[in-house]
Amino acid sequence: MWSRRVQRTLALLAALAAAFLLTCADTALAPEDQAAARLVARLRLTDLCLFTEARYTRHPSQADLHSPFQDHPLALEHFPSGSLLTPPIPHARLADPAASAD
Amino acid sequence: MIELLNVRKAYNQGRSNEFWALDGIDLVVERGRMTAFRGPSGSGKTTLLTLVGCLARPTSGRVRLDGRDISGLPERFLTQIRRRTFGFVFQQFNLIQGLSARDNIMLPAYPLGGDGRALRERAEELLVALRLGHRGDARVEWLSGGEQQRVAIARALINDPEVVIADEPTANLDSALAREFLAIVEGLKDQGKTILLSSHDPLVTEAGMVDRVHSLRDGRLVTAG
Amino acid sequence: MPAWLTRQQALIDFTLASLARRKLKNLGLLLVYTLIVFLLASVMLFGHALRREAAAVLKDSPEVIIQRMVAGRHDLIPPGYLDRLGHIRGVQSQQGRLWGYYYDPVVKANYTVMVPGPDAASPVATGRVVVGAAMARARGLAPGNLISLRAYSGRLFSFTVADVLDHDSELVSADLVLMTEADFRAFFEITAGHYTDIVLSVANPQEVRNVAAKISAALPDSRPILRDEVLRTYESVFNWREGIVLVLLAGALLAFAIFAWEKASGLSAEEKREIGILKAIGWETGDVLKMKFWEGALVSLTAFLLGYVAAYLHVFHFASALFEPVLKGWAVLYPRFELTPAVDGLQVATLFFFTVFPYTVATTVPIWRAAITDPDAAMRG
Repeated sequence: MWSRRVQRTLALLAALAAAFLLTCADTALAPEDQAAARLVARLRLTDLCLFTEARYTRHPSQADLHSPFQDHPLALEHFPSGSLLTPPIPHARLADPAASAD
Repeated sequence: MIELLNVRKAYNQGRSNEFWALDGIDLVVERGRMTAFRGPSGSGKTTLLTLVGCLARPTSGRVRLDGRDISGLPERFLTQIRRRTFGFVFQQFNLIQGLSARDNIMLPAYPLGGDGRALRERAEELLVALRLGHRGDARVEWLSGGEQQRVAIARALINDPEVVIADEPTANLDSALAREFLAIVEGLKDQGKTILLSSHDPLVTEAGMVDRVHSLRDGRLVTAG
Repeated sequence: MPAWLTRQQALIDFTLASLARRKLKNLGLLLVYTLIVFLLASVMLFGHALRREAAAVLKDSPEVIIQRMVAGRHDLIPPGYLDRLGHIRGVQSQQGRLWGYYYDPVVKANYTVMVPGPDAASPVATGRVVVGAAMARARGLAPGNLISLRAYSGRLFSFTVADVLDHDSELVSADLVLMTEADFRAFFEITAGHYTDIVLSVANPQEVRNVAAKISAALPDSRPILRDEVLRTYESVFNWREGIVLVLLAGALLAFAIFAWEKASGLSAEEKREIGILKAIGWETGDVLKMKFWEGALVSLTAFLLGYVAAYLHVFHFASALFEPVLKGWAVLYPRFELTPAVDGLQVATLFFFTVFPYTVATTVPIWRAAITDPDAAMRG
C-alpha cells in the first residue's frame, strides 16, 4: 500500500462494500412472511392494517370513490394518512362497462 | 547538454498586445556547470528558463536536450522529460498551502507511481539533509521563508533530476539566507548536477561557484562572461 | 503491484491529503450527502418492500367480494342475495362476511370487528374475543382479561379475551376484534340473514371477470371487487406519494446540488494556482483529472454506501422508525411490523447513478479547463 492514509481509506471502502453485499445476502436469504398470508386466507382479509383512521384508509381496496367524501359533499380530506394513500382507484369493469361506476 | 538555436518566444501572438519575450537566443548550457542569467525584470530570464526546462515551447527556433530536438514534442512527452530531467525552485516557492512539508516534497513523484515507502524514505533523507528533519509534519505556511525555500529545494530534488532550475531564488531572502542557499546549491553542483539560475542579485551572479553568467536585455543575450 | 495501481494509490493519497486540509467542511459535506442518500434510499426501499409484502400477503385474499351499494353507500346485503348468487353459473361457493368498525372512546381507537369464516381453524367461543396485537397493546389486554364495549345501541357488552393474534401477522391484523356470529349480530344489532358483504369463489379462475359481469347484471345494485383489483390497489400504494415525497426531497436535493456544485466546481483562485503548481512540477493534465476524479468518486461512493446500508438497516431491521410518525398520522393503533427485505436492483442502480455520477462529474469536469493551462503559468505568475 502506498501509505497508511490510502490503506485506511480503501479498507473503509472495502468494509462498506462488504456491508452492501451483506444487505444483498440478507435480502436473498429472507424468509417469506407466511403467518400473515395464512391469516389472510383464514379470515378472508382484504387489506393491510396500516391506517386505522378512516374506512377508506383502513380498507382502501373496499372503498369506492365516494367514500372519502360521502359524509358531506364539501368535506375536505383531513386525515393525515389519507394524504399518503391514493384516492380509491376506480376498479376496471372490463367485462361490463355499463356497470356501476365506482 | 542543452542547446538553444535561434530561439524566439512570443506571448499573445497575433493580438494587439503581442510581446516578444525572447528574440533570437543562441546558447549552450554545459553539463555539471552552474550557469546564471542576469538582467533587469522583463529581460526574458524567466521565459528562457521555462524553455530550457520544457515548461513551454519556443515560438520558433530549436531546443536540444543531449542532442535530441525537444522543441516540437507534444506536451505529454515534454512532461515526461521534464519530470525526470529537471527540478524547479520557483521564485514564490509555489508550495501547496495546507499540506505538510513532507507531502509537498513528495508531490513531483506522485504521478510516477513507484513504491510509497521508498519515496517517503527519500523525502525523509532530503528533509534531514536540508535541516528540516523536525519540520516534516508542519504545514508549509507555518514555516519561515528560509525553511519554505529549503522545502522547495527538496521538492526539486525528489525525482533526482540532472538539472536544477531556480528562478530568482534569493529574491525573497535576506543576505544570510541567500548565502545559505548558495551553499546548498554548491553542494548540488559538487554532486554533479547542472544548475541554472536567474537573478539580478549580485550576491548570486558574482558568487565564486557560478561558472558562467549570461546577461539578458530585451530578450537578447548581451554579453557572455 | 502493477505500476498503474501504485500510481492511482499515489493520486488517492494526494486527494486525501488535500481533503484533510478542510476536514470539517469536507466531513460536513459527506454527512449531508450521506443523509440525503439515506432518506432517498429509505423511501425507496420502504415503498418497494411494502408493495412486495402486500402482494405476498394478499395473494390468498378472497377471489371476489360482492358489496351492495345504496345511494352511493356501502350497505348490508339483504337476505336472498346469497341464494341468488348460488344460481349464477361459474360460482363455486358463496359465503356472507360479517365485519364492521367500532370506535372505542376509551383509547380513541378504531377497531375492525369481524366474524371468522365457518372454516376458520380456531373458531371463537360465545362471549369470547380474539384481538389484534396493536389493539391488545392499546387496551393493555392479555388472554383471560375481561373487556367491556358499549355498543352503538347503548348496551354494554363484556367479552373475555381468549387470545391475542400472533405478532408476526400484525401487518394485516393489528386492529382486529374477532367474535362469534351471534355475538356480532347482537353487538351491532344486525338481524339474521343480513351480511356486510359476500365472498365468492369461482370454479375457473379464468372466468372471474365473466362471472363478475353476470353478477352485475343479475344484481344491479351490487359491486364486485376482484382479487386482482385488491392487489392492484396495493401495487400503487405509496407510488404517487413516493413521487410527492421525492418532489419534496427534490428541494433538499437541489439545495445540495447547488452546494456540491459550488464546492466541487467553484474553482477558487487558490485551487487554480495549485493546479498550475502541479503542472509545473511535472503532473500531466491527465494526472490532475484522475486525482480530482478520485476525490469525487471517494466522497460520493462513501456517501452512497454509507447512506444505503444505513437505510437498509433502518427499513428492514429498525422497522422504519423514522417513518412511523408520518404513517401513523392520527391513528391510535399502529402495527409493529418488520418488512421482509426486498430490494429492486434497478432502483438501487438508479439511486447509485443519480448520486455518485453527478457529483463525480461535477468535481472532475470544471477542473478540465484549469488543468489544460500551460505548465509555465506557475513560473510566470
